[in-house]
Amino acid sequence: MIPQRMTDFEYIVEVRQVRKSFKEVRAVKGVSLMIRPGEFLALLGPNGAGKTTLVEMIEGIQHPDEGEIYIAGKQWKNHQHELHQMIGLSLQETRFMDKLTAYETMRLFASFYKLNAPRVDEVFQLIGLEEKKKAYVDNLSGGQRQRLALGVALLNKPKILLLDEPTTGLDPNARREIWNILLDLKREHNTSLILTSHYMEEAEYLCDRIVIMDQGNILGEGTLQEILALGGGHRSLDELFISLTGRHLYE
Amino acid sequence: MNKITNHQLYRLIAAHFAEIIREPSVIFWGVVFPILMAWGLGIAFTQKGGVTAKLAIVKMIDRKDQNHETKLISLLTASSVRKDSSYSVVLKNEKLGDANLTFIETSWSNSYTLLKKGKVSVIIEDRATETRYHFDPANAEAKAAYALASGFAAGGFSSYGNNQSEIEPFTLSGTRYIDFLIPGLLAMGIMMACCWGISYTIIDRRSKKLLRRMVATPMKKSNFLLALITARFTMNVAEALLLFLFAWLYFGTKVQGSWPALIVLFIAGNIAFSGISILISSHTANPEVGNGLINAIVTPMMVVSGVFFSYHNFPEWALPVIQYLPLTMITDSFRSIFNEGAGLLDVWREALVLTTIGAVSFVIGMKLFKWY
Ligand SMILES: Nc1ncnc2c1ncn2[C@@H]1O[C@H](COP(=O)(O)OP(=O)(O)OP(=O)(O)O)[C@@H](O)[C@H]1O
Ligand SMILES: [Mg+2]
Repeated sequence: MIPQRMTDFEYIVEVRQVRKSFKEVRAVKGVSLMIRPGEFLALLGPNGAGKTTLVEMIEGIQHPDEGEIYIAGKQWKNHQHELHQMIGLSLQETRFMDKLTAYETMRLFASFYKLNAPRVDEVFQLIGLEEKKKAYVDNLSGGQRQRLALGVALLNKPKILLLDEPTTGLDPNARREIWNILLDLKREHNTSLILTSHYMEEAEYLCDRIVIMDQGNILGEGTLQEILALGGGHRSLDELFISLTGRHLYE
Repeated sequence: MNKITNHQLYRLIAAHFAEIIREPSVIFWGVVFPILMAWGLGIAFTQKGGVTAKLAIVKMIDRKDQNHETKLISLLTASSVRKDSSYSVVLKNEKLGDANLTFIETSWSNSYTLLKKGKVSVIIEDRATETRYHFDPANAEAKAAYALASGFAAGGFSSYGNNQSEIEPFTLSGTRYIDFLIPGLLAMGIMMACCWGISYTIIDRRSKKLLRRMVATPMKKSNFLLALITARFTMNVAEALLLFLFAWLYFGTKVQGSWPALIVLFIAGNIAFSGISILISSHTANPEVGNGLINAIVTPMMVVSGVFFSYHNFPEWALPVIQYLPLTMITDSFRSIFNEGAGLLDVWREALVLTTIGAVSFVIGMKLFKWY
């Protein structure tokens, strides 16, 4: 079922039989995932499914109790520095420093990658937040903060983007704008993306592959059509979820 | 590309610094508040020793007495300024400061109301034949008022004396309360600024997942802490200088000992409390827990370390512990440099111990430190 690990990076991200528990909570129960360069993958699932835990393990922020994770063939243990250069991420909820301006925040993170002002200006243009450069983070709206977080994730032109619910709480237009930014990256830079979401249309519009998680397990994966065909033809993910678990995807 | 303004250490220091100075409450608590405290306490305890005493006086007329005169009130009527039903007496004294006595003539029942409200401390029962004083002997203020009033009743204005030749007021510098207070406030400033400025900032960042976000980049963790401590230290220097400047201009506070010793000790104190702050904040991500932890460290030291009053009033057995608290060591050494003319040779041991406390706390803190 799981292919042998390739040395020529057929898969940019490989997750093999990963488990993670917090005391008695088994957050991720032996999950495997393979992502090709340039592939966009969506992780869908109800609250507490283990999406954030899985993504943070791939990001090197949390460490699996069992199993292995390879990014471009490298593991976190010995290659922190290279891997940090290669990935870009936004966490489910990060508050940047309230009393810094958006521009100063971006310059700060740029300095970690040894990037200078022109790249920061470029990113502001890319995420369409130029008129808020001088605003304190404190005074940005929720959606503007999410754009800033996305901008920070894009600074180092990452090969792999990991975005944890990047569009939650955004208005439909803003959401569509972010989708288009991401699709441009895929077209121009062959960026790979792992995204968690609660929006089926987001997964459908953006992603090549959808993975449905529940209670630390993967229930099914494939294109939207393939997933709906699981267990004999459903009209929506919710319907499928009911047939798999007996519960609604989102109550 | 290699401009210093692109360097992560520069950016981190600038960010931390911006965050400090853009927060008005930080400026208030760090700069304005210590100065207000020095000013208020300095004024309250350094004034010339003038005294004010307020007493209630109740006229008791015996039935057989024909001329309705009582002892003390007759004296007051003859010799004092009367306004409505109160008499003021000023006993002049150049060395002791003037004593201002106010006698409020009232009824027996009302005199107790005044006493309970704290408006008077003594009730005088005044008769033609004798004068009685009612007060609480455990109350030092009431005792002083009694002494002054009874003295005046017996001896008039000369009772308080004037310019007594046996009294020699202190003129030595370094013996006023403000001279005791300023070094203490400087030491306390270091503790407060580090514990709140470093610990709370770290815990707050951790709770907002910003630490986690930052270490998911190639940022060097040591740079983050170094920047936080550097920004805080710079701010501490500014706060201390402003407080000292105020004390020097307003109260004439002087450093009698060696400036290099003062600087070494200031740095050692900052190292001690920076280390302690890192240790306090190494683990928790909950600002309320952090708040409690910081208070648990800071409040006892503020009370026992002799910032506001001498810790020698504490029981004998507690002194060895108190003397080795970091805040006590800074306060005591600052005081000996300010007021006793101490130099580097007198305080190097304290500086060394403080630096060690800081280094050890820092190392343990780093071992426990949770970035995620
Ligand atoms: N640090 C932690 N300590 C204890 N339990 C945790 C921790 N992090 C996650 N969990 C638990 O692990 C499970 C999975 O959490 P996770 O955050 O991965 O879910 P999620 O799929 O991202 O949910 P959501 O859609 O709400 O973001 C949950 O039951 C959660 O309570
Ligand atoms: Mg999540």
